[in-house]
Amino acid sequence: MTAPILSAKDVHKSYGRGPNRFDALKGVSLDIHEGESVAIIGKSGSGKSTLMHVLALLDQPTEGSIELEGADTRGLRGAKLNRTRNKTFGFVFQQFFLTPNASVIENVVLPLKIAGVGRGERKRRGLAALEQLELDDKARNKAVNLSGGQKQRSVIARALVNNPRVIFADEPTGNLDTATGAVVEDILFDLNREQGITLIVVTHDEELAARCDRRIYIRDGVIVDEEVAA
Amino acid sequence: MKTLDLIGSAIGNTFRSKTRTILTILAIFVGAFTLTITNGLGTGINRYIDDTVAAIGADDVMTVTKVADNASDDADGPREYDPDAISGGPVAGPPGSTAVVAPIGTTQLDELAAIEGVERVQPTKTIDADYITSDDGMKYEIGVGGFVNGMQLQLAAGEQPDAAASESQVVIPDSYVDALGFDDADAAIGETVTLAVTDSEGVQHELEATVVGVAEASLGTTSSAVPNDAFGDALFDAQSTGLDASERDAFSEATVWFDADSTEEEITALQDRLADAGYDSTTVTEQLGTFKAVIDGIVLVLNAFAIIALLAASFGIVNTLLMSVQERTREIGLMKAMGMGSGKVFGLFSLEAVFIGFLGSAIGAGLGMLVGTAVSSALGGALLADLPGLTLIAFDPVSIAVIILVVMGVAFLAGTLPAARAARQDPVESLRYE
Repeated sequence: MTAPILSAKDVHKSYGRGPNRFDALKGVSLDIHEGESVAIIGKSGSGKSTLMHVLALLDQPTEGSIELEGADTRGLRGAKLNRTRNKTFGFVFQQFFLTPNASVIENVVLPLKIAGVGRGERKRRGLAALEQLELDDKARNKAVNLSGGQKQRSVIARALVNNPRVIFADEPTGNLDTATGAVVEDILFDLNREQGITLIVVTHDEELAARCDRRIYIRDGVIVDEEVAA
Repeated sequence: MKTLDLIGSAIGNTFRSKTRTILTILAIFVGAFTLTITNGLGTGINRYIDDTVAAIGADDVMTVTKVADNASDDADGPREYDPDAISGGPVAGPPGSTAVVAPIGTTQLDELAAIEGVERVQPTKTIDADYITSDDGMKYEIGVGGFVNGMQLQLAAGEQPDAAASESQVVIPDSYVDALGFDDADAAIGETVTLAVTDSEGVQHELEATVVGVAEASLGTTSSAVPNDAFGDALFDAQSTGLDASERDAFSEATVWFDADSTEEEITALQDRLADAGYDSTTVTEQLGTFKAVIDGIVLVLNAFAIIALLAASFGIVNTLLMSVQERTREIGLMKAMGMGSGKVFGLFSLEAVFIGFLGSAIGAGLGMLVGTAVSSALGGALLADLPGLTLIAFDPVSIAVIILVVMGVAFLAGTLPAARAARQDPVESLRYE
């Protein structure tokens, strides 16, 4: 069996020091294999967001390590770390984080711009990603004028545009009504199934979690339960 | 992120909050505008002085006077009478102040000529003309200026007097053309005028000379007739009729020529040697230097005000960008999460500051140049019409470029604080920000 794409080894994360010290993660170990869909489930304050940030290499664990395809990431620093994040991960957030007055296409190609991809290539790939999400007719619209579902689809297009291997989705349907949320969920799971992109969903929504291959329950900074879909 | 994309994004971000950006640009505009005008004033006046330098004297000569034995009093009491002393030209101080100098005679001229570095020495012959007249008979008072070879008068017509010529030549001021009955400056060239001097016995002598040039009024030669050497000598001889040699050859000052290629140190060394021998010396540069120093001083003070305005404006930049960083916290966090380095984030915000600075200074300098040119030509036609050749506010492309660059530099410095704050942002914190 190949090395897992992401692997957490006894990860601890604490904030503050002395009496104010707060342990967000207290020894979490898990392996995520390429092509899997994993749900990290917990209440707010359970440490699920911290775990996502640590796995996405946005934050460094206080103790323990994160391995990316079997390689320890503690050695990654500065530009190399930035490049790894840019190429490997895509992010979908509950609050979208779109720049409101920029056009949809400008928002979508932001990861490519950061990666230093040329203007023509950016436009081509940006439009392709939008087409995949049936938003190509909205490319020139300002992001602020989109509906909630359209916004979240733009965010997914942005997460997809750089052909990432892992997409992190933090409460992807939290700001959407049930019907739109279902459409967004379908898109994410299609990507997982058809393109083999690893999907890591952070949520407290049981229904969404139920569609994932694996569910990891986290409470007070430790994994309390793990379920594998039948 | 590519540098070009970085610049493009920075420029794009500048216009995201238009009102705020425009107000900040306005503040910088005021500073840059003032700086452009004051600088233009300095450039214009100094350029005029430089043009006039040549009219005041050649740059390889200096004026030498002999220090009188009693010239420097240690005591506060009245100065002792010295029958040989000559009261020289006016000096700085209340009107009527004159310097007391010792006379320069043949012995002193020989002494000067012997000093190392002196190539030639010539006494300055002071000529006191009574009047100037032409064929139509009307007589007008006129001063007579000295002409030193190498001097360049600012001429409205004709040519410079020929120092080597044996015939009598004179350059008359522009303001005398009409009075003497000539149609215009060109018509005066080649005509004959008569100058009169009175000798020590009260006898008036009339001497004729050919007009070779008409001088524009300038700071150097306002309303004097300038004779060539031959005519100057003739006037002086006529004026000195009846004086014995020792009385005649007592000049208040002399002109000393030195090597035109001399460096500043060599000139100073020569002046030191002259001082050791008991002579005071002033070069043309020194004469103008005081003048320029005053102008530079005034311009410096005006510039200081402009810079204070710019400093105030730079706080505007700090404020604008801090608000911008605050508003874009999530965006910065997102860009960092997507792999944008802190250096690039810093660059993005400081470039935005530099661009705001560029816009403010370019608009300020551009408008400053337009207004300056308009004001200058309006004044040139009215208030300053007596000083032809003076462009009150002139612009030098180098100093305009320097102003723009300096403002951009100030803007960059102002942008560092907000940019550093943006660069330091932790993506996790930023994304959590509600």
